[in-house]
Amino acid sequence: MKNTISHRVADFLKGFPPFTFLNQNDIELLSEQISIIYKEKDSVIFAENEETHDSFYVVHKGAIALRKGVKNDTIDMCDEGDIFGLRPLIANENYKMEARAYEETILYAIPIAIFRPYALQNKDVGNFLIQSFASNTSNPYSESYRGKLYGETLAGDLLDNNPQILDIQPVKYSKKIITCSSATSAKEIAQMMTKKNVGAILVVEDKLPIGIITDKDLRNKIVTGEYPITSAASVIMTSPVITYPKKLTTTQAQMAMMKSNISHICLTKDGTPNTKAVGILSKHDVMVSLGNNPAVLIKAVKRAKKYKEIKPIRASIMQLLQGYLDQNIPITLTSKIITELNDVCIQQVIAIALKKMTTPPPAKFAWLAMGSQGRSEQLLQTDQDNALVYEDVAEELKEKTKKYFLDLATHVNKGLFEIGYDYCPAEMMASNPKWCLSLGEWKDVVHHWITNTGKDEVLLSFIFFDYSLSYGDSELANKLSDFILEDIKANPVFYLHLVSGALQSPSPTGFFRQFLLEQDGANKDFFDIKRRALMPLSDAARVLILSHAVKSISNTPERFEKLAELEPQNRELYLSCAYSYKALLKFRTKQGLLHNDSGQYIALEHLTKLEKIKLKSTFKTIKELQEIISIRFNASNIL
Amino acid sequence: MTNFFKEWKTKLFDFLKITKKPIDEALLHSVESTRFVVLDTETTGFDYDNDRMLCIGAITLQDGIIAIPNAFEMYIHQEHYDKNSVQIHGILKDLVMKKPSELEVLQKFLAFLGDSIIIAHHTIFDITMINRALERNELPILTNKTLDTAFLYKKTLIRSNLLEYKDHYALDDLADKFDISKKDRHTAMGDAYITAIAFLKIVKKLKEKKRKGEFLLKDLFYY
Repeated sequence: MKNTISHRVADFLKGFPPFTFLNQNDIELLSEQISIIYKEKDSVIFAENEETHDSFYVVHKGAIALRKGVKNDTIDMCDEGDIFGLRPLIANENYKMEARAYEETILYAIPIAIFRPYALQNKDVGNFLIQSFASNTSNPYSESYRGKLYGETLAGDLLDNNPQILDIQPVKYSKKIITCSSATSAKEIAQMMTKKNVGAILVVEDKLPIGIITDKDLRNKIVTGEYPITSAASVIMTSPVITYPKKLTTTQAQMAMMKSNISHICLTKDGTPNTKAVGILSKHDVMVSLGNNPAVLIKAVKRAKKYKEIKPIRASIMQLLQGYLDQNIPITLTSKIITELNDVCIQQVIAIALKKMTTPPPAKFAWLAMGSQGRSEQLLQTDQDNALVYEDVAEELKEKTKKYFLDLATHVNKGLFEIGYDYCPAEMMASNPKWCLSLGEWKDVVHHWITNTGKDEVLLSFIFFDYSLSYGDSELANKLSDFILEDIKANPVFYLHLVSGALQSPSPTGFFRQFLLEQDGANKDFFDIKRRALMPLSDAARVLILSHAVKSISNTPERFEKLAELEPQNRELYLSCAYSYKALLKFRTKQGLLHNDSGQYIALEHLTKLEKIKLKSTFKTIKELQEIISIRFNASNIL
Repeated sequence: MTNFFKEWKTKLFDFLKITKKPIDEALLHSVESTRFVVLDTETTGFDYDNDRMLCIGAITLQDGIIAIPNAFEMYIHQEHYDKNSVQIHGILKDLVMKKPSELEVLQKFLAFLGDSIIIAHHTIFDITMINRALERNELPILTNKTLDTAFLYKKTLIRSNLLEYKDHYALDDLADKFDISKKDRHTAMGDAYITAIAFLKIVKKLKEKKRKGEFLLKDLFYY
């Protein structure tokens, strides 16, 4: 039956092969016969060796991991528009892989009986399927982003048994070619390259590449003064262009660049300079497909023009993180690098959001990251916690300014959601009018927390006081920090509330020296490493550092290291707190990567003896720390 | 004095007996195995007495699957027509005038619905509209169990003094929160689809919140 939803499905399908080859009418007929399936994260669509279903699947939203073998290696990842589970239906065999929802997913299930006639009648559809089976991936188009998304694990795994495999991985190149004519001036060329953010421009004549100008050419020829800035492209270009066919593999591309000592290769239709250019391949592209490295990833993030483009890069960041942990790189360094990468992603999301606004910001503003992100301790993706502060404006502009920043924050929160940060369940996000305030308003709010302290105010201060600047005007953030420190100094009673708050997280060892496990909820019998081990440490660090009026250090281990400096008598304890915190954070991160979640809840039965001992030794430190605070601030009086 | 307590006790127990609903066998099924019908109606307005339904859109939901061939979307012939609501539903009078009669649509809809559990956003409105139409056409009113996504959504929110709750959560709020495309919003079928996906996501959240044991249909009703 033709209806509104089948139209919706048809609209989606027609954007993806092989449905692109069908005419509108056929797609609509097909869409009337499908089912829409909702799968929770980690639920299985089909298992290895399971008998085939009567439908194959197209991913509408989310991602599906295809896994195989005892090691359960991820063979392929299907996201929006990818099809999977079709080959066994046509070959009449059982499923050869397991398909499992990698994240929450919506699938379209297309009955094979309905689809088969189209595959038989339509040559293009048939060809697509044959090609896709031959290349043994769910979708031949996915090859182009395989290198980016899962290239490292795939290449890494296969490399062990088969060193040539890299050869068959085609490189992803930029299809947007920036060109100029031989008469264009060097100045114009530099402007175009800056605007389009590219490192090379192609000089074309009759659509054929006759030369190339790179950053290096501009540096060597123009900036040295050898040629004037008005020189024509034909004078400064490197010619002839080194061209290759577009089916270049990563290794070939590397060889070609080394051989000719160049950083850019022009890809043409047939590989000769006599056909149209189809793309440009830079050293950077090769590096991206070769593997992940922070500098490359940062560059990739900064080039993103849509939120969606950042999401796969974030997957690479997670791979990088896994690699660092596997190689036992110190957690301080690891968290610095990952935090840096996370920050770049957030900054890019804000930059994209700003472009969506019709006017530039009416006042200076600062985007603040709060909670674990503010403390630079967020290795895994968790919820968003953020706030916005903007300059005080004249009374008559107040309403308009607030509306602007709320709109902006709504865009940013949505963007962060799209790249993988869940919305904060407690609405602590800048798009909430309570967390998007002018400097003056923020001062009032903070002052209220500090002078009218109740349980909620302590909690709010805990979350807010760890902020760090993600984007925007540092002066605003600084002014707010100064105000907070002064206000706390003037109201010392506030410490007591903070201390009692910090001591509320129960000490992780119970009376019988057992681990305290969660008593109820979905996480019964799990150990909540965040609430029971990390929070007591970070809460205590905050109270202590505030009492010393130290600003601008929000990272917990760094706070403890600073405290060790300030209080030599407790140096040992503080250093061991810093160490414990890092160890716990690493532990949590490893657990999170293992289970593709936030790592907050840990099943103790899966831990090795050694891991348990390590965990327990950190608990002793926590206990000592809590004692110190309790005595110093005489907290027993208020508890 | 003792007598008084005895009396009071019996009265209290009687009272408890009356208020304590017997557990409905049907509610012990799993959410997955249950057949739900998610529906939305487009109407000429919000007045139960004077306004009329222009369209009923409904989809079935079972085991997380929405089967498009099993969907229901029918426009209804109506004499009453309020041009003020056109801007919301976009259904033009001409479109309504050549459609099957209310009676015919209702009969088909009842057959489609069966004894499935009804899900809608602000269910009371749609159910009342349908029931008024059934009464007009001298058909028995609906006895199906109903669920309301607007109500269930509130149950997923964390309890905190720091949070301000809205009294009413519109379907748009849910679509934004759960990242559901608002394409086809304000068509009966489109809204039914958004409601269905929102319902699935709500169930997932409630499952995470549930303390122990299997999540059963009754968990959706006993709030």
